[in-house]
Parts: sequence; structure tokens; C-alpha cells
Amino acid sequence: MTVTHPNLEALEPKMNAEGVSVYYGDKQAIKDVSIGIPAKYVTAFIGPSGCGKSTFLRALNRMNDTIPTARVEGQIELDGENIYSTGMDVVQLRARVGMVFQKPNPFPKSIYDNIAYGPRIHGIFEQKSDLDEIVENSLKRAGLWDEVKDRLSDPGTALSGGQQQRLCIARAIAVDPEVILMDEPCSALDPIATAKIEELIAELSGRYAIVIVTHSMQQAARVSDRTAFFHLGEIVEYGRTSDIFTKPIEQRTKDYITGRYG
Amino acid sequence: MSEAITTPAGEPPAALEPVSAHRTERFEQRLKARYAQERRFKALGLAAISFSVLVLILLLGNMLLNGIGGFQRAELSVEVDFVQSGLQAPTSGATAAETMRSLDEQGLRSVVYRAAQQSLGAAGADQLNSEAWREIAATIHTNPAILTRKELLSLPASADLSAGYSGEGTREMQELASELVARDLLRKSLDIGFLERSDATDPQLAGIWGALKGSVLTMLVTFLLAFPIGIMAALYLEEYAPKNRWTDFLEVSINNLAAVPSIIFGLLGLFFLMTAFPTLRSTPIIAGVTLALMTMPVIVISGRNAIKAVPPSIRDGALAVGASPVQVVFHHVLPLALPGMLTGTIIGMARALGETAPLILIGLRAFVATPPEGFTSAATVLPVQIFLWSDEIDRGFVERTSAAIIVLLIVLLLMNGLAIYLRNKFEKSW
Repeated sequence: MTVTHPNLEALEPKMNAEGVSVYYGDKQAIKDVSIGIPAKYVTAFIGPSGCGKSTFLRALNRMNDTIPTARVEGQIELDGENIYSTGMDVVQLRARVGMVFQKPNPFPKSIYDNIAYGPRIHGIFEQKSDLDEIVENSLKRAGLWDEVKDRLSDPGTALSGGQQQRLCIARAIAVDPEVILMDEPCSALDPIATAKIEELIAELSGRYAIVIVTHSMQQAARVSDRTAFFHLGEIVEYGRTSDIFTKPIEQRTKDYITGRYG
Repeated sequence: MSEAITTPAGEPPAALEPVSAHRTERFEQRLKARYAQERRFKALGLAAISFSVLVLILLLGNMLLNGIGGFQRAELSVEVDFVQSGLQAPTSGATAAETMRSLDEQGLRSVVYRAAQQSLGAAGADQLNSEAWREIAATIHTNPAILTRKELLSLPASADLSAGYSGEGTREMQELASELVARDLLRKSLDIGFLERSDATDPQLAGIWGALKGSVLTMLVTFLLAFPIGIMAALYLEEYAPKNRWTDFLEVSINNLAAVPSIIFGLLGLFFLMTAFPTLRSTPIIAGVTLALMTMPVIVISGRNAIKAVPPSIRDGALAVGASPVQVVFHHVLPLALPGMLTGTIIGMARALGETAPLILIGLRAFVATPPEGFTSAATVLPVQIFLWSDEIDRGFVERTSAAIIVLLIVLLLMNGLAIYLRNKFEKSW
């Protein structure tokens, strides 16, 4: 059962999960999870390995659909509309709920084409100059413009790991999503690149709802406004990040944030 | 090691200061053994490569040495005085066949024979190839101006004289050949016509063009059928098909199909295609379809492996920006898998190009003296031509066979070169 901190103020919700369970075949990975994702804030999912936080994240934009054995029960709403209902188009959903992965995965194309790919397939621009503008703005917002503006035709895979991850964030921004899901975006990066991504998350949070899964409690403390602690497929505790880290209610949360297990 | 720690009162040394397990004598011996193993492995690999290269060089060298003779033929020098002959040039606009018929009616054969008697003597003129006049007719067709002058022509000798020239055949022929060579009237010269003519019963007149064209047409049909169908099947099986018993069965069937001996495909073509389309016997289209059936499983298997090798993170990335499954496949998976698919295709096509057995079954064994005009005219292909010539008794065909093998190998090399070029091109376009 989820413990929600009593003094949690209500924020404008962007996504809302009600009684969500995810199964891989017979194995239940997520058990009856309910949580609200506020708009324009950063929500962090923390918890030990295998606790289901990434699985739940992937349920939020139906990336689990690609796994044939995965099955989702319960209801996840985006602006009040169930994303698992038959009326919801999954392509449209993923354009609204973007995702950044653990390992940077730029397409083996030029930097420009990496960013332009999303706008191109969705046709959200009128002329070539509009597309140029989208590419420039996305790269600027991802803090990568100054580093790559002179070599937009170079392959995206030739960038460093941290730059590649920012390229992937720019790629997600380019389709103008409402929510950005980040699955341990810094786990493959060095501390300096990590700091840049964290700065970027802080800048983006005023504009998008951001959900970040992280292994690093310090990172969750630094970048997020809300934190949910996952354990064994459940959300144990959910509240303001400062509350979770300074006055946790549940014993399991206390043990985890003090480093007893993880 | 010798520097073992000595301890008083016989206490176990390990208790005082443990000797590292990586610094004992046994460890060093094991280390040496490991390096020796690596050296042995390297030497074995080098030996294997050297052996393959040696075999390849022997094979190619042997083919080249034998085949060079096949690109040459014995030719007699004959001076023909066209002015005196009174032959009339054909009317402009006449086809090659019409020119030939007209010149034949005007007695070109006897003109040539008389000229040969004058140049070579009676015995030599008899050994002028009986079809030599056709080559003169063809020359007149392309260049009627020679009818106004005397021309020194190189004309093919008979097969008997050619054998005599090579030191074989009857003694008379050997003597005649050496006499003509001494008078500088008989020589071996490069036979470009070998690449322009088609099969003939006389090795002096046989050429490879008909079989080459047949092979090209057949490969075209094979590629156009097997490549798109194979790639589509691979894409569907990897990207869309549900994983269940039915698709497992399909996968096993395709793997088995790739291992089926080629002659079985020939029987398939014989029983089904030939029964359905009896008029297409021994045509490139039926050969192409049969070979496509044989090549498709290879393309499907290599295509599936190439698709499997595309990292899932690329698919995730495309899906996450809202690409539909079809867009993921055609924008990301296919371009990344294409180089691997091309490699598999070329292996399949190379096998199809060299295939003989199934084609013999569906009637490409026939003697075809004219190059095929299209996909539905009678044809033969390079490997079958090689097979047919290797069966001939005439000594001249032995060299022609080697020459045909060289042509086949060159076509194969060109095909592989094209595939490698395309593969590199697609790999660079990222």
C-alpha cells in the first residue's frame, strides 16, 4: 500500500495512474500502482534494481507494447484520457509522451537528421526553414547548439556519450511532447556530462512534465520535485522530494535512503 | 618460487605472509603454456589461410594457362580481290541476314575458295573453315567499302588444321600446318569473336555470347523475384509475425529449404513449371524462376540475421519519437540491415549463377546456336555451356571450355564487386 505524505499539496496533474499492474507472462512486475504525475514538475522514481520503476515508466508511453508477453492492467490517463483505451492511438501517444533511454541511442544519421526525424514523420512544419528552426531550437534547449552548430551534417554517433544523450533529449524535444520520460539517462555518463544533463532537466521542467528513473539518490534529490520510492513492484512512499529524503515515514524507505540496501 | 619465506619453528609460511597465487612457479608454467597455445593457434590459422590461397592460385593459374588458348584461334591469311570478284554491295538498309543471302547468291563462297587457292594452294584452301565466308559477309555488311579494293583477311582455319597446328591430329595436317606457318600464312591470333558468337559444332566457330546473355537474363529474373520476395519475407517474419508454433514451423521449413540439393529444385521446375507452361521449356524465365526458388531461402535466412543484428535501441528510439511500426522498419531497420542482406543475396546469386544440375533438368541442355532474344526464347547458360563443351570429343573444345570458365569467373567477380560496392555505399550513407 502506498504511503502518501500528508502535507502534499495538489498540483495540476498531467498523467494519472490508477491501480496499474504489469505482467511479463505469468510474472507480475508492477502491483497495483497508483500515482499522479504533475505537469511542469520533475518526478523521480527511485528504488533498488528490479523493483519495476523502469517497467512502470515504459507503461506510461506504452513502450511495453513491443514486448509480446507484457500485459498492462488498470488505467493510466493522460489529460484525463485513458492511454490504453481503444480510442488512443499509440503513435500519437508517443509523440505526446517522449522518452530518453538509459544508453544514448542516436540514429546512425547526421545530427540534423536525428533531430529532424520526428518533425518529418509527424509533418509538423511547413517549409524547410521551419524545420531548420525546430532543429536549432531543440538543440539550443538541450544545450548542445554551441557545440554542434558548425557540424550538423556529421553523424550523431560521432559525438561523445554525454553529447549523444543531449542529442537524444533534443530529439525528444523536437516533436514538442507534453511529457518526457527519462530512464536512467545518466547511468552511462561521467560526472561532468551528468551535471550537464541535470542542469538541462532543471531548465526543461518549467515546460514539460518530466519523469526520471534514477539509481542515484543524490540525483533524485538534486533534480526532482516529487519522489516515488519503488520496492518489489509497488510504490512504497510518495511525496515531496525534500520530505522523502529528510523525513521518510516507511521503514523500507528509511533503510533504502540511508543505504541499507539497494 | 625460490624466495619462499623461511619461518622459525616450522610454522606454516602462509600464515605469516601469504605468497600471491599469481607469483608461484606453477602459475608461471601455466602462463608459458597459455602463450604457447596462442602461438600454436596463430600458426594453425596462418597455415589454413596459406593453404586456401595456394589452392586458389593453383586453380586460377591452371584455368588461365589453359584458357588463354581458348581466347585464340588458328587463322589463315587470305588475300581477296573484291574488285575482280564483281560482287555487288547490298542495298543500303538491308539486314545482316539479307546481305548474307544476297552475297551467297552472288557466289561469295566460290570467290573465297578461289582466293584461298591462290593464297594458300589447293591443300590449304581445303582447310579454310567452311563457314569462313559468313565472316566475310558480316564484314561487308558493316563496311561495304572493302568491295572496292583488295583485302588481306584473317579467316578461321578448319578444326583439323587447328588441331594439326597444336601438334595433334593427323600427320598430314601437322605437316600442312608447319608449311603454312613457315610461309607466314597460318597463325594463332586473339579471337575477340569468342565473346560475340554463340555455340557451334565446330570449336573454331564456337563462342560464349549466347550462354553469357542467357546467364545474364536468367540472373535478372532470379534477382527480381528472389530479392524483393526474400527481403519482404524476412522483414515480415522478424518484425510482424507473432512468435508461435506456426512461425516456428515456417522457420524450420525455410532452413530446410536452404539445404535442399539444387537438383530437387530442378525436378520441382520440371514437374510444376514445365507442366503449367510447356512452351517456356529451356528459356531464361523458367530457369530464373527455378533458381529464384532455390535462392530465396538463403536470402530470407541472411536477411533475418541482418535484421536481428539491428540494435533494439534504434527501434526504441524511433518508436519513442512516435514512428509507426512501418516507419521504424523502412526508415531504420531496413537501411541498417541492407548491407547484411546484400551480402546474403550475393552468396545466393553466386550459387545460382554457377548452378548446372537443375537447369539441365528443365531443358537448358539444348544446343542453342543463336543468342536468346528475350526472356522467353530458347537459351543456355554459362555453367551448362561449360558442361556441354567439356563433354565434346573435339580437342578444340577443351581450350574453349577453360576460356568459358574464365568468363564465368569474371562475371562472378563483377557481380561480387558490384555487391561490395553497393554494400559500402549503403554503409557510408549514414
